[in-house]
Amino acid sequence: MKIALSLLLTAILTNNFILCKFLGICPFLGVSKKLNTAVGMSAAVIFVMVLATAVTYPINTLLKANNLEYLQTIVFILVIAALVQLVEIVLKKYMVSLYNALGIYLPLITTNCAVLGVVLLNIDNGYNFWQSMVYSLGGGIGFMVAMVMFAGVRERLEGCDIPKSLQGLPITLVAASLVSMSFLGFAGLVDNMFA
Amino acid sequence: MAEKKSIGKEFTKGLIAENPVFRLVLGTCPTLAVSTSVASAIGMGIAATAVLFCSNIVISALRKVIPQKVRIPAYIVIIASFVTMIQLLVKAFVPALDSALGVYLPLIVVNCIILGRAEAFASKNAVLASAADGLGMGIGFTTALFLMSTVREILGSGTFLSGIKDLLAVFGGDISFNGFTIPFLNENPLTVFVLAPGGFFVFGMMIALSNKLAERNGKPKAEINGCASCPMASSCALIADGKKCEEADAK
Repeated sequence: MKIALSLLLTAILTNNFILCKFLGICPFLGVSKKLNTAVGMSAAVIFVMVLATAVTYPINTLLKANNLEYLQTIVFILVIAALVQLVEIVLKKYMVSLYNALGIYLPLITTNCAVLGVVLLNIDNGYNFWQSMVYSLGGGIGFMVAMVMFAGVRERLEGCDIPKSLQGLPITLVAASLVSMSFLGFAGLVDNMFA
Repeated sequence: MAEKKSIGKEFTKGLIAENPVFRLVLGTCPTLAVSTSVASAIGMGIAATAVLFCSNIVISALRKVIPQKVRIPAYIVIIASFVTMIQLLVKAFVPALDSALGVYLPLIVVNCIILGRAEAFASKNAVLASAADGLGMGIGFTTALFLMSTVREILGSGTFLSGIKDLLAVFGGDISFNGFTIPFLNENPLTVFVLAPGGFFVFGMMIALSNKLAERNGKPKAEINGCASCPMASSCALIADGKKCEEADAK
């Protein structure tokens, strides 16, 4: 339980996927203009991350048993791509309301580095199945926290008087830098809590 | 002759006019993540360039064979195979680079530059032009990484090219050159520049600078134009409905 909680907090706060590990920057900059879109996209990411971990973990055990670890990258990306397609089809057929909320973001997630990143990180860190699941969930929630916070910041930026050369993308990145700096404040939090 | 000229053009456009990082705003994740030291940035740049060059050639050669509907998965398989090759090569010959890049090395698979170029260029053009495009874009990416990491390493750790020894060791021989130390900054580094916030900040400033230069030449600003640059645009449900990601909530 203690380990699960510390993993969860690490993934959400101290090692936030977007703000500390730079995974999933494209949606962070591209889809965070409005709060609704940010929430929809992040919910889809959480869903796919957890599902991808649940599927790839046994596959990795299989690869390991046959000394085929070098195939990880190619197998995982294909499995994730197929999985996303499958989820999209199932949702479209059976859960229309959920599809309308999340489905549109699903194709964008296939090539999202946060999803492949979390799967690879779980293996690199040597987590067992449950730890991997918790870490993926935490990573997804961390993604959502960063997206939602940043959507709020961006809505404020709309009405600001910004120097001409910084308008648009540069000021967004500077704002991201400040949000990321605030997350530096969490450094050491988890270690101290569970010391 | 005309053919040759256009190939030169395909090559040079990736360097400045259509620099993938500063102009097209692609591949931001690796740009921010590995630009903490110049040595790992160069390593990443070379690895990504190799993958981009090879995958552009193969995808362009197969462009008439791959059915339209399954082209994205087919591209992903081709790219992933090259990434696996590069991964094994790096692990065998430059283990220090492998540990410096960590998870970002296999993540070249999902680097938007590579899938983006496959979709936007290699799938429509001849092999030679695609090779030139891949090489140019790759070198443009490496240059951008080099610029970013130079600023971050000098300000953040007070060194330049530190750890380059491990990269140069590939060529064999005993190399003692291992970068420079910057006198004052080495004792008093501005650590925030090698941390995450510094990455965002330096990248923002670089984009602002490149926008300024572009403006002087009458070119439009670099902007994440949502869907136009997104490699998944073709399979995106929104575009089929004639909408954009940003308008999703307004549907």
